[in-house]
Amino acid sequence: MNRTRSLLSGFTVAFAILLFTILFGIANGLQNTFAEAFVDDANNSIFIRSGRTTKANKGLQAGRRIQFKNEDLDYVKEDFDDKVEFITARIYKNFQVSYRGEQNNYNIIAVHPDHQFLEKTQIKEGRYINQNDLNNKTKTVVIGRLVEEDLFSKTRALGKYVNLGGIQFKVIGVFTDDGGDNEERKIYMPVTTAQYLYGNNDYISQINLTYNPEMDYDQALVFSTLLSKKLKNRFSVARSDQRAIRVRNMAEGTKAVSQMTVGLTFIILVIGFGTLIAGIVGVSNIMIFIVKERTKEIGIRKALGASPKSIVSIILIESIFITAIAGYVGLLLGVGVLEIVKPYLVDYFIKDPGVSNTLVIGATLTLIIAGAIAGYLPAKKASKIKPIIALRND
Amino acid sequence: MLKIHQLHKSYPIGDSSLHVLKGIDLNVEEGEMVAIMGSSGSGKSTLLNIIGMLDEADSGEYILDNLPIKDLTEKKAAVYRNKFLGFIFQSFNLINYKNALENVALPLYYQGLKRKERQEKAMFHLGKVGLADWAKHLPKELSGGQKQRVAIARALAANPKLLLADEPTGALDTKTSYDIMAFIQQLNDEGKTILMVTHEEDIANMCKRIVRLRDGVIMEDKKVNQVRAEQYV
Repeated sequence: MNRTRSLLSGFTVAFAILLFTILFGIANGLQNTFAEAFVDDANNSIFIRSGRTTKANKGLQAGRRIQFKNEDLDYVKEDFDDKVEFITARIYKNFQVSYRGEQNNYNIIAVHPDHQFLEKTQIKEGRYINQNDLNNKTKTVVIGRLVEEDLFSKTRALGKYVNLGGIQFKVIGVFTDDGGDNEERKIYMPVTTAQYLYGNNDYISQINLTYNPEMDYDQALVFSTLLSKKLKNRFSVARSDQRAIRVRNMAEGTKAVSQMTVGLTFIILVIGFGTLIAGIVGVSNIMIFIVKERTKEIGIRKALGASPKSIVSIILIESIFITAIAGYVGLLLGVGVLEIVKPYLVDYFIKDPGVSNTLVIGATLTLIIAGAIAGYLPAKKASKIKPIIALRND
Repeated sequence: MLKIHQLHKSYPIGDSSLHVLKGIDLNVEEGEMVAIMGSSGSGKSTLLNIIGMLDEADSGEYILDNLPIKDLTEKKAAVYRNKFLGFIFQSFNLINYKNALENVALPLYYQGLKRKERQEKAMFHLGKVGLADWAKHLPKELSGGQKQRVAIARALAANPKLLLADEPTGALDTKTSYDIMAFIQQLNDEGKTILMVTHEEDIANMCKRIVRLRDGVIMEDKKVNQVRAEQYV
């Protein structure tokens, strides 16, 4: 009888912990998915693009094309010196690239050295574009891992010359990128080289920058708004013109995601604690039954000289024992279930669901404490049982 | 050894109260073997419970071995019970999931003895009641007489000054009853003070003194010629 009840109360706890573990694991999985979606680019990035004006302003017609130049990049850099961490220009080109017999079409992006940090480009071999390349307008390129794979098949690309639209460029580096295959099919060259070779101008297609990471989201948003305002002023673009100059701040998305994550964690915690409390109440209830069942034994023990303290500890230990063992079983089951369903959850934006060691240890400790709480009131009640009444209980 | 003076006890029953003990005076010397007799409701069990510190008197004096027993905290009562008293119950009151040896060792555990010492002492007392071979058996594997012997061994384990028995033979057949009584008499011969509640005349006559209770007062208190139990065994 005693055993059945212990088992039943254990089941309550095991089930509560099982639910808790699965919920927590799934929440972690969702967070992993979000984190991965934003891992490619630095999440404090701001992209500035230009287009045609849609509104007439200051005597200028609508439909005017806005073209950024080197001086505009320098303006942003100098005007917001303390707010900008990294800054780079981007010029987009597309060329037929060939090496010996192999050839393919690739996106070419002309950049400043800072671009490496903005794009989180990881150099696998060689080096990235540096200031020296910019100064000398060297004909050098850094190619993606997949470009090397496509064109050089088995041999190494580093130090070789590739043909970009009829001009020979030396490969000075090979990179990898966590952003996926498309990112690794890109080729970077110095911005000055591109400007010199293709039009001999100082045009740039886009300005990318990261803001000082010490700024919080709200400060970052104020910054990008100000940036947009100043640039529109510089190009005599109407304030309300949404097309001519576009400043996109990644902080907006990041803020939404991190708020969502916080919200999600909060909900999970509430549900988790709810189930845990239900488990504690369950154990507490069963412990009251157990105390009733063991009333006679408690009476005997008291007659033999058991102190109230030792009675409390008997009941507490039983409660902690049941809770800890059952909880641990629930935890193991939960982890097992997560392992099994892991491959099927990827489709539902849940990646690598799981619980950390810290959580497992924390949960175990919580269980022991929970067992103590659950057992305390029944134990206290048991210690107050009068032996004479207990012994009469036949 | 034991001095009781003007002991009163009443139990609340609904709005009124039931006066169970109405001024009991009782002295028991060391080495005595006293039977407390009376019909049910006479207060004999209440008296034994108060002597056993399982219950508390409303008023009156109770001195055990020169120690006034009054206003005890739970903790202190536990210590006194453990040190001074050994209990033998009608229904044996062994803990059913512990074997004979563990049951006997329990009061020693509450004395704070080390495991090895507990086991040795418990084994010695089990041997004394003739159940050394049954040490590892659970209560359900023992006969009634054997259970009571284990209970007696347990009562003796802590070497108490006073042995309290509440109808020790109440659940046993006559032959086994005499068997147990012979053993209790032997303990008394060795010098143990024994106080026993019973409503069986033949068992009472195996004690050295009979105290008769009726409606909460002592009707009669006389010494008797002890009938030795072994002659029936």
